[in-house]
Amino acid sequence: MHKYYLTHLQELESEAIYIIREVVAQFDRPAILFSGGKDSIVVTHLAKKAFWPAKIPMPLIHIDTGHNFPETMEFRDKLVENLGVQLIVGSVQESIDKGRAVEESGINASRNELQIVTLLDSIESHKIDAAIGGARRDEEKARAKERFFSHRDEFGQWDPKNQRPELWNIFNGRKRMGEHFRVFPISNWTEMDIWNYILQENIAIPSLYFAHQRDAVYRDNTWLPASEFLQLREGETIENKLMRFRTLGDITITGGIESDADTLEKIVAEVSATRSTERGNRSDDKRSDTSMEDRKKQGYF
Amino acid sequence: MGPNARSEKHTTTMELLRFTTAGSVDDGKSTLIGRLLYDSKSIFEDQMEAVKQSSERKGLQHVDLSLLTDGLRSEREQGITIDVAYRYFATPKRKFIIADTPGHIQYTRNMVTGASTANLALVLIDVRKGVVEQTCRHSFIASLLKIPHIIVCVNKMDLVDYSEEAFNKVVEQYEAFAAKIDVKDIRFVPMSALAGDNVVNDSENMPWYKGESLLHTLETIHIASDENHSDARFPVQTVIRPHADEYHDYRGYAGRIAGGIFKPGDKITVLPSGLTSVIKSIDTYSGPVEEAFAPMSVSITLEDDIDVSRGDMIVKDDSEPQVSQDLDAMICWMATRGPRPGAKYHLKTTTREVMSIIKEVYYKLDINTLEKQEENTDIKMNEMVKIRLRTTQPVVFDEYRKNRITGSLILVDESTNETVAAGTFL
Repeated sequence: MHKYYLTHLQELESEAIYIIREVVAQFDRPAILFSGGKDSIVVTHLAKKAFWPAKIPMPLIHIDTGHNFPETMEFRDKLVENLGVQLIVGSVQESIDKGRAVEESGINASRNELQIVTLLDSIESHKIDAAIGGARRDEEKARAKERFFSHRDEFGQWDPKNQRPELWNIFNGRKRMGEHFRVFPISNWTEMDIWNYILQENIAIPSLYFAHQRDAVYRDNTWLPASEFLQLREGETIENKLMRFRTLGDITITGGIESDADTLEKIVAEVSATRSTERGNRSDDKRSDTSMEDRKKQGYF
Repeated sequence: MGPNARSEKHTTTMELLRFTTAGSVDDGKSTLIGRLLYDSKSIFEDQMEAVKQSSERKGLQHVDLSLLTDGLRSEREQGITIDVAYRYFATPKRKFIIADTPGHIQYTRNMVTGASTANLALVLIDVRKGVVEQTCRHSFIASLLKIPHIIVCVNKMDLVDYSEEAFNKVVEQYEAFAAKIDVKDIRFVPMSALAGDNVVNDSENMPWYKGESLLHTLETIHIASDENHSDARFPVQTVIRPHADEYHDYRGYAGRIAGGIFKPGDKITVLPSGLTSVIKSIDTYSGPVEEAFAPMSVSITLEDDIDVSRGDMIVKDDSEPQVSQDLDAMICWMATRGPRPGAKYHLKTTTREVMSIIKEVYYKLDINTLEKQEENTDIKMNEMVKIRLRTTQPVVFDEYRKNRITGSLILVDESTNETVAAGTFL
């Protein structure tokens, strides 16, 4: 019997493919939330495997904060072209222009929370009933309690105290009109699993994840990249650093780490030796102990 | 474990082990999990720092590791775990998923949820208290949910001077109780989670114990044969039709194998229709495979163009599951309100969904004693009940003890869409 077992990555892959197929089978208008980060790239790769030789039978949704790394946008457009899938872009700038969202002001201003409005508007206007995301339970404590199939009410809100129990591999995607689901096929993956899988499958990822020279400023224990949106505070100076990013988001809130890891092998080695979490470089999570839960309740993913 | 315990570079042969824990703060569960995570270097420095600071703010004497995953505002306010918390750690040998559940009776449904996907259950016993109600409850649930392995952690050995006699007394007590449950593999480890004896490292304080440490047992316990590899089951999730010139006639049945082994050339039957054919190919993105087994996700093509769709099950001719509209099941009721008279429920099992009603309540099971109560049969939350269901369409299933996937079901309330019960076919 010994040959009939799967490695942990094969089992996680099989679980994720099963869940993505359940979404397509149970919902009318599913979509994949694509940020351009490694987790949503892995989810997209899994969706490609799930439906081969057919194309991925749903669009990708990208919420464009207007504060992007140019590398992410290039990567996104190339991937969409290769996959032959539809891309839906929800623009935060448009939400602001239309008066649906109000730009934050002040030194810590970011468009991170404004994404919620644009995301919910995009889900509503395209009548999306299931949005697949790349969130993982090991990322953040509010996400540790998240279901694979996570119900959202007609306001797009999450009620963490009243979640449906989820047993075996039976997923309940029943809902009323106007409600939708967020689905997280890689819930059980850790950051290490993601990197090992990217290495094993040789999945293309944006160059930002590899060590490169970049102008950045050191703030709140992280290297924030210089960009047209960055305002220097008193005493801060721009330095040129050999660095890379562990997560990718809005350019104004995504900090990098000093690193010379310029291959996938070196990144895997670096991640396995590291002693701090990847979201430690994300200023959006540092606002309070429950900032992720608060944003998720409103509709963040 | 050395300092590089967290290095998972050599992953090609790593297996996944899912286990469940249950218990309250005082039996040392959080300490035990904290030690497993901390000693295997799965807690990061910034997480540890945040938990330390939160503990200090609350005026606690020690670092409260439950703050690592009790992330919800209401949990932090009340200082209790409300929901199943999933935690992850890995050693070079295995990746582990812990479903950590509260042990109190009002959270039976969470224990059942955690147990549904577990290969193994950790049962914690305070050596000074011996087998208590909560020990029995957790073990019964492990048995009802057919978790194949139990490790009984006899904890707080440091408080009884690491006495072999005290340990043996608990083992005897548990074994007497275990005669009532159906778990094949039960092991005992004497330990002190607080002092670290026999959790990750072998204890120097208990030379009389010749067994392995908890982590070593978790890393080496044989789980590959826990899957059912004899009865071939393939519930169809969806049909893949590419609509491209290259694959013009391609019709692949997508699904995850729930049991047994499938090979091209195998004669199959589609249930409930009873149509037959032969497997032409088993496809994956990486290419066709010579054989497929649980829990692989694949696409199967057939030699004949027959009617197969979501909710059907492809099985091999040598062992067929049951097909019926009258079903006996043991359920755990999960909703705050009991069933309304005459209520209809969507019954979901594998990929199949049919309407059902509860025809009869046979008895309630006392989850502390396993005694049957036949008199009082109005169903409340967290109760285990044996019922008979009648469905509008035939259901394809196995007894739960033969297959945990094809033997499980949930009931979804027709009007609220809530998952109100989870059950096992008998």
